[in-house]
Amino acid sequence: MKIQVKGGRVLDPASGTDSIQDVFVSDGSIIGFANSPDGFIADRLIDASGLIVCPGLVDVSVRLGEPGKEYTATLEKELNAAVASGVTTMACPPDTTPCLDEPGLVKMLRNRATALDAAKILPLGALTKSLQGRNLAEMVELSRAGCVAFSQGDGILPEPAVLRKAMEYASTFGFSVWLRPQENSLGSMGVAHEGEVSSRLGLTGVPVLAETVAVSVILMLAKETEANVHLCRLSSAAAVNLVRNAKKESVKVTADISVNNLHLSEVDIGFFDTNYRVTPPLRGVRDRAGLRDGLVDDSVDLICSNHVPVTYDDKNLPFAEAVPGSSSVELLLPMVLRWAEQEKIPLIKALQKITSNPRRVLGLPDQKIEIGEKTDLCIFDPDLPWVVDQTSILSDGKNTPFINSEVVGRNIYTIIDGKILFEDSNRAER
Amino acid sequence: MRKMNPQLDRHGHLHHFLTTEYLPKDILLHILNVAESFLPVNKREVKKVPLLRGKTVFNLFFEASTRTRTTFEIAAKRLSADVINVNISTSAQVKGESLLDTVSNLSAMHADMFVVRHAESGAPFLIAKHAAPHIHVINAGDGSHAHPTQALLDMYTIRHFKKKFEGLQVAIVGDVKNSRVARSQIHALNILGVNEIRVIAPKTLLPIAVEKLGVSVYHDMEQGLKDADVVIMLRLQKERMKGIYLPSSQEFYNTYGLTPSKLSAAKSDVIVMHPGPINRGVEIDSFVADGNSSVILPQVTFGIAVRMAVMSILTGQSK
Repeated sequence: MKIQVKGGRVLDPASGTDSIQDVFVSDGSIIGFANSPDGFIADRLIDASGLIVCPGLVDVSVRLGEPGKEYTATLEKELNAAVASGVTTMACPPDTTPCLDEPGLVKMLRNRATALDAAKILPLGALTKSLQGRNLAEMVELSRAGCVAFSQGDGILPEPAVLRKAMEYASTFGFSVWLRPQENSLGSMGVAHEGEVSSRLGLTGVPVLAETVAVSVILMLAKETEANVHLCRLSSAAAVNLVRNAKKESVKVTADISVNNLHLSEVDIGFFDTNYRVTPPLRGVRDRAGLRDGLVDDSVDLICSNHVPVTYDDKNLPFAEAVPGSSSVELLLPMVLRWAEQEKIPLIKALQKITSNPRRVLGLPDQKIEIGEKTDLCIFDPDLPWVVDQTSILSDGKNTPFINSEVVGRNIYTIIDGKILFEDSNRAER
Repeated sequence: MRKMNPQLDRHGHLHHFLTTEYLPKDILLHILNVAESFLPVNKREVKKVPLLRGKTVFNLFFEASTRTRTTFEIAAKRLSADVINVNISTSAQVKGESLLDTVSNLSAMHADMFVVRHAESGAPFLIAKHAAPHIHVINAGDGSHAHPTQALLDMYTIRHFKKKFEGLQVAIVGDVKNSRVARSQIHALNILGVNEIRVIAPKTLLPIAVEKLGVSVYHDMEQGLKDADVVIMLRLQKERMKGIYLPSSQEFYNTYGLTPSKLSAAKSDVIVMHPGPINRGVEIDSFVADGNSSVILPQVTFGIAVRMAVMSILTGQSK
């Protein structure tokens, strides 16, 4: 299929391009840029005037409900929601039921996803068997089955002795280790940031200390073992400082934050609103500012949605009993645009956090909007407002802190492997 | 505030009673005044007024309690309501019914009021949000969050003996971290305008950023009790008497237990309060608990009147 994307503003963080140009796609490859290749006759002309054309979005933390939690969400629905939101590649954490510690399970998940012909799924394998933090999982076998990195998901962080061996083993084969830093004994009982709000509401807190202690240990082990470490979902300014210093010392570490921690803080919990029960917890406004500073100086490499579909019943419980998580994959783009707008971040830099940087951290080749590249495309309207509500959210999970609020920025077309897998019908009719 | 106070209706009247936090001072004072008018009822030969006749009050205790449940039951019966005690821990929840399904079922039985105690902070807010609009919810204690009727009976007791709130030094001693009573007292005392609220405890028994609740922090009893008008002792739960919060109950008693000699630092007309049940020899010495300064038993008496007041105000019977 030959597609001409006409008159859009091409924003490509990987190549640094920012100009209004036509893009010509044939059989999944970009064969023309700015000027039409000889003899090109488009099967489909996309009028992208007023829209931004960028490489497909990459979300490094999307929970898909499968395997094991099909009652919360199904692959079909979640992949559809992701594609509709411009996400073309996503990594899914191993904390499924059962967890991704079996090569067969990983293959099954990938086969299911491939058959659906939607966004690309990159499973993260379990770092330890059953995610129990005691014995190493079969990383090489899991890698052959398609795992791109190894993680505990939201499972417990192994003790330093196990973690050290896991990092040594992973680095032997060049695998990176993805860890959400939370020291178990300090943090596992908590349901909200330990601070003014948790004290007022009588909720058990997760202290910042749970994160900084874990980050410190992980960074020391990373330095020692020379493993590639990715720190998932930082939530505190202090942790960002630790990462900033480690990067100065050339420790091989990268880090991400979620859209929730990028925009919200502990005060948003109000009177026990369980849509704000998320992992990691929403911290103070100073922490939020620290995370944003980290994004600006690249101490924090990327932003993810940390998508977790949770059923109505599982949220409709007392705060501490409610299942943590937010349905966010559809909000990745608008929340990154909101941050860029608020902090006056150039769009190309903002998009880096959800395109080229996550690709680099995942060990994927760059996707540039240049001739000869096989690049998935996200074509979005940066100014289109829409309301996040029960019907506009396509995911099975309607649990988002941003429910019933207006956001700006909407994906209009998603092109994966040269096929238009999503187009906004309202726009198409215009 | 971005989010409305869920216990007030759109006219600013009390619809549920869930926490003392953010309540207007005049509502708190109104409850105390109405309670005062109910006090004589409890001394009469026929201890009943017909204000809640025909109304059905459900005591929903998801956490065991004898004392609080009994006082609510007495308060409702003296207002002529029909009272149903639902002991949830032995019924539906064990069979797997969800909290809100239990509430929906009881709503369908035309309940007028739920008195809720739950081990999780915030549970009564959830119930208030989902109950039918005509139903009033009273928080009888949720997790470590709030116990507003206990706090108001304490306010009643303070006003009864001290005649005012202005200028008072109030010391709260013990396990503030895990105490719903302390949180509700602190909010109420701040709203009612006492001079100073002091919390006295080791750091392990104080919540993070406790000073943001509007209190001064003391770790030493003698300093904290100096010139106090009111001393409120908190109950120390058994599971916290030894372990990572405290080394032993004996050491706690020696450091923070209220003895006559420690109390001598306070004003001579100090009153000593305790939400009960008391642990003699752990947080309080018997000579203090049974002494002249103690107002622990009047607290219990006032508790009935305050709960009657809250119930009648919620149902619009005491304007």
